[in-house]
Amino acid sequence: MQETEAPRAERESDAMIEARRNLEVCNACRYCESYCAVFPAMAMRREFSTGDLTHLANLCHGCKGCYHACQYAPPHAFGINLPATFSTIRQESYATYAWPAGMGGAFERNGTLVSLLAALGVALVLILTAALQDPTVLYSAQRGEGAFFRVIPLWLMMGIAGITFGYAIIAMAIGGVRYWRGTGGSGGAPLAAAPVADAAVDIVTLRNLGGGGHGCNDVDDSFAMQKRWLHQAMFGGFMLCFAATTVGAIYHNIFGWHSPYDFLSLPVQLGTWGGVFLCIGTAGLIRLKIVTDPVPVAKQVLGGEYAMLLLLFLVSATGLLLLAVRHTGAMGVMLAIHLGLVLALFVALPYSKMVHGVYRGLALLRNAQEKRRTAG
Amino acid sequence: MVDLTRIWDVVVVGGGNAALCAAITAREAGASVLVAEHAPKAMRGGNSRHTRNVRALHPAPTGVLTESYLEEEYWDDLLRVTGGRTDEHLARTTIRASQHAPGFLEECGVVFQPSLSGTLSLSRTNAFFLGGGKALINALYRTAEKLGIAVLYDTEVQHIEVKDGFATEAILSCRGFPERVRAKTFIASAGGFQANREWLRKYWGDAADNFQIRGTPYAQGTVLKDLLAQGIQEVGDPTQFHAVANDARAPMEDGGLAMRLDCVPFAIVVNRDVERFYDEGEDVWPKRYAIWGRLIAQQPDQRAYAITDSKALHNYLPSVFPPEKAGTIAELAGKLGLDAGKLERVVADYNASVRDGTFTPMKPDDCRTEGLTPPKSHWARRIDTPPFYGHPLRPGITFTFLGVKVNDRARVLMADGKPSANLFASGEIMAGNILGQGYLAGFGMAIGTVFGRLAGEEAARHARN
Repeated sequence: MQETEAPRAERESDAMIEARRNLEVCNACRYCESYCAVFPAMAMRREFSTGDLTHLANLCHGCKGCYHACQYAPPHAFGINLPATFSTIRQESYATYAWPAGMGGAFERNGTLVSLLAALGVALVLILTAALQDPTVLYSAQRGEGAFFRVIPLWLMMGIAGITFGYAIIAMAIGGVRYWRGTGGSGGAPLAAAPVADAAVDIVTLRNLGGGGHGCNDVDDSFAMQKRWLHQAMFGGFMLCFAATTVGAIYHNIFGWHSPYDFLSLPVQLGTWGGVFLCIGTAGLIRLKIVTDPVPVAKQVLGGEYAMLLLLFLVSATGLLLLAVRHTGAMGVMLAIHLGLVLALFVALPYSKMVHGVYRGLALLRNAQEKRRTAG
Repeated sequence: MVDLTRIWDVVVVGGGNAALCAAITAREAGASVLVAEHAPKAMRGGNSRHTRNVRALHPAPTGVLTESYLEEEYWDDLLRVTGGRTDEHLARTTIRASQHAPGFLEECGVVFQPSLSGTLSLSRTNAFFLGGGKALINALYRTAEKLGIAVLYDTEVQHIEVKDGFATEAILSCRGFPERVRAKTFIASAGGFQANREWLRKYWGDAADNFQIRGTPYAQGTVLKDLLAQGIQEVGDPTQFHAVANDARAPMEDGGLAMRLDCVPFAIVVNRDVERFYDEGEDVWPKRYAIWGRLIAQQPDQRAYAITDSKALHNYLPSVFPPEKAGTIAELAGKLGLDAGKLERVVADYNASVRDGTFTPMKPDDCRTEGLTPPKSHWARRIDTPPFYGHPLRPGITFTFLGVKVNDRARVLMADGKPSANLFASGEIMAGNILGQGYLAGFGMAIGTVFGRLAGEEAARHARN
C-alpha cells in the first residue's frame, strides 16, 4: 500500500523535483546569466523551496534561450530543459492558486474545457436569440441608433458581461493574492513605487523576451523578435478592444451617444485596430507554436494555450466581421456569435492561460523588489 | 545528400570553433567546403561547446571589453603561465590577430555579453559569449549552413593519407559506413586526445581510469595519432594535460564546467591518507585552479577531499552535488570514508596554526597559518563552526598538450622541417605550439579562431591555384 507516501497535496510534483535538479546545475554553471531575469534571481538563492521554484517558473517568459545555449540539454545525461519544466510548474501553480480552490482541476484538461466553453457560449447565445427574438428583427437589416440592442437588449448584454467579467476579475485577484502569499510574499518589504514601476516597464516592454537584446529562440537556435512582437500585438490589441468598450460605455452612459457609431468614431477605430492586432498576434503565436522545436515545450500545457489563442482569434475575427456586416441582415446572427464567444472568454478567463498575466506580473514585481534590495 | 565522389576544395576535419572558423573563412574566399564532425548534431562542437569566452587584445574599450589589453601584457601573461614553453613568433601572431577575433565571431552571428558579474572577473581581457560556447557553436553552424558549407555529423575521420608532405584523401566512418573523400586541401581541427583513456594509460597507468574527462568524449586523438604516425612533427609534452579540481561524483565524461569546485582556497584539502599536500591558499583561485587537477592526479587513488565549515559555505559557488555534511569532524570523516581520528588531528593541527587576520575572500588576505607544513598562506580560518562540509575531489581533464607542429600560415611541418603543401591544422590539435604548458582563460578559443581563419584562408588560396 501507499502508507509511507505523504498525502498528495503535501508531496512535491515531479516537475518541482526536476526543476530543483535543473537549477542545481544552472547555479553552478551560470552561462545564461544575461538571457533574462530568471538567472540573476536564481543566483540570489542556494536552496530552492517550492515557493522559490514557483516564483522562478512564473518569472520565466519561455524564450528558450537557455535551452538552446545549454551544454547540458538533452541528449546530455543531465538533460537540462528549463523552459519545459518551468512551463509545467506554471500550469501547476495556476491550478494551486485558482479560486475557489476546487476550480484548480479546470487546468487539467484546459484545452477541452476552453473549447467546450466557446462552443457552449456560441450555441447558448444563438439559441436564446433565435428562440426569444422575433425572426423579422433577427434576420433583417437593422439600422440607426440602438440597432444592436434590438437584437440583444442592452440590459441583458451589460448584465451578463458585468457579472461574468466582474467574477473573473475577482477570482483572478484572489488567485493573485493567494499566489503572492503562497510563494513567500514580498519578504517583509513594504510595497514601494520604484519596484512597481520597474515591473510595469518589464511588462509593457516584454524585456525578458528580448533574450538580452537580440530576441529569443522562437523556432530553433536562431534568434528572432517574433514572439515578442506578436505578443505585443496581441496584448496591445486586447487593450485597444478594452479601451473601445470603455469609450463606448462612456459615450452611452455619460454623453448619451448611442451605437452604432461611425466607422471613423473613436470606439469603432479602437475596436477595429484592436481586432486587427489581436488577429495578427494570436494567429502568429499559433503559427510559432506549430513550427517551433518541440523539445523545450511542455506538451501538457499546449491544449489550453492553443484553445485560448484560438478563442481570442475568433473573438476578434467575429468582431471585425460584425463591423463588416453590421448594416446587413447578417448582423443579428453575427452579433450573437461574437457575443457568445465573448461570453465564453469571460467565463474561461480565471481558469485559462490568461491568468499567466497576473502571476507573471507578480513575479516581475517580486523580482524588482529583490533586485533593488540587493542593489541597495 | 553530400557528394563524396567529387573533389572538394577544402575538407575540414572536426566540428568545433577552430574547424568552423576555418570552414567559414575558406567558403567566404570561394572554396567548396566539407566539414566532417565526429559527434552527432546535438553534441556537435567539440570542447568549444563547454567554453565561455575568448581572450582578445584591444587597444581601447569595445562594446564587450573594458579598458585596454595590449600585446606586451598579453605576452607577459602567456609567458608567465607557460614558463617559456611557447613559440614567440606564433604566440605574437595569435595575440595580434586576436584583436579581430570577437569582430569575426560577431559577423558569424555570435552574440557577446555586455559585461559580467561572475566570480572570475575577466571582462577586461576576455569577451564572453552570451549563453556560452554552445550558443557560439550554434551561431557558427547557422552561418556555415547559410554559406552552403556541407556538414557531415556522426562522421569520424580515421585517416588522412599524406605522401611526401601532400595530403590526398581521407578515410571516414560516416554514420558507421566506410567512405573516402578526396580534396585539394585538408584542415585538421579535430582536437587533442584527452578523451582517449587508453592513450592516457600509456603515461599514467591505472591512474588514468580515475581521470574525469570534462569535455567532449569525441576528443579521441584519432587524427592527431594518424598524422604523427605519418611523420608530421610533434610538439608539446605528450604526458601533460590541463586539469582542474572536479567533483569526484561527476560523470566520467562531458560533465563540463559545472562540475568544477571552487572551494579549495576556503578549505583544507587532504588526500585518501588524510594528509594535506599543497598550500590551498597560495593565490587567488583564478590563478591557481588550473594546477589542482594535476595535484590531485598525483595523489593515491587520484582522490582528495576539501574540508570546510559553515563559515565558508557562501564564499564559493554552490556545487551541483551537495557536499557531505556532519555535526562533527569525526562524523564527516565517516561519511567521506576517511580515518576519523586522523582527520580530527589534521584539523586540530591546522586550527592551532591559524593566525587571525582580516578575511577578504576575493584577494590575498593576511589570514594564514604558522608552523604548518605545507602552509596555508591566505584565507586560513579555523574549521570550528558546525555543520562541517566535505567535497570529494577528482582530477577533471580539460585538454592535452600534445599536438602537430605548424608554421605561421597554419601549415603542418613534416619531419624534414618543410611545411606540407596542402595540410593545415587549427585549434587544440596545434595549440601546444603556443601554449606548451599552463592555462590562460579564453586563450584556446583565441588560438582556435586565429589559426582557424589562417588555415581557412591559406587552404582556399591553395585550392584556387
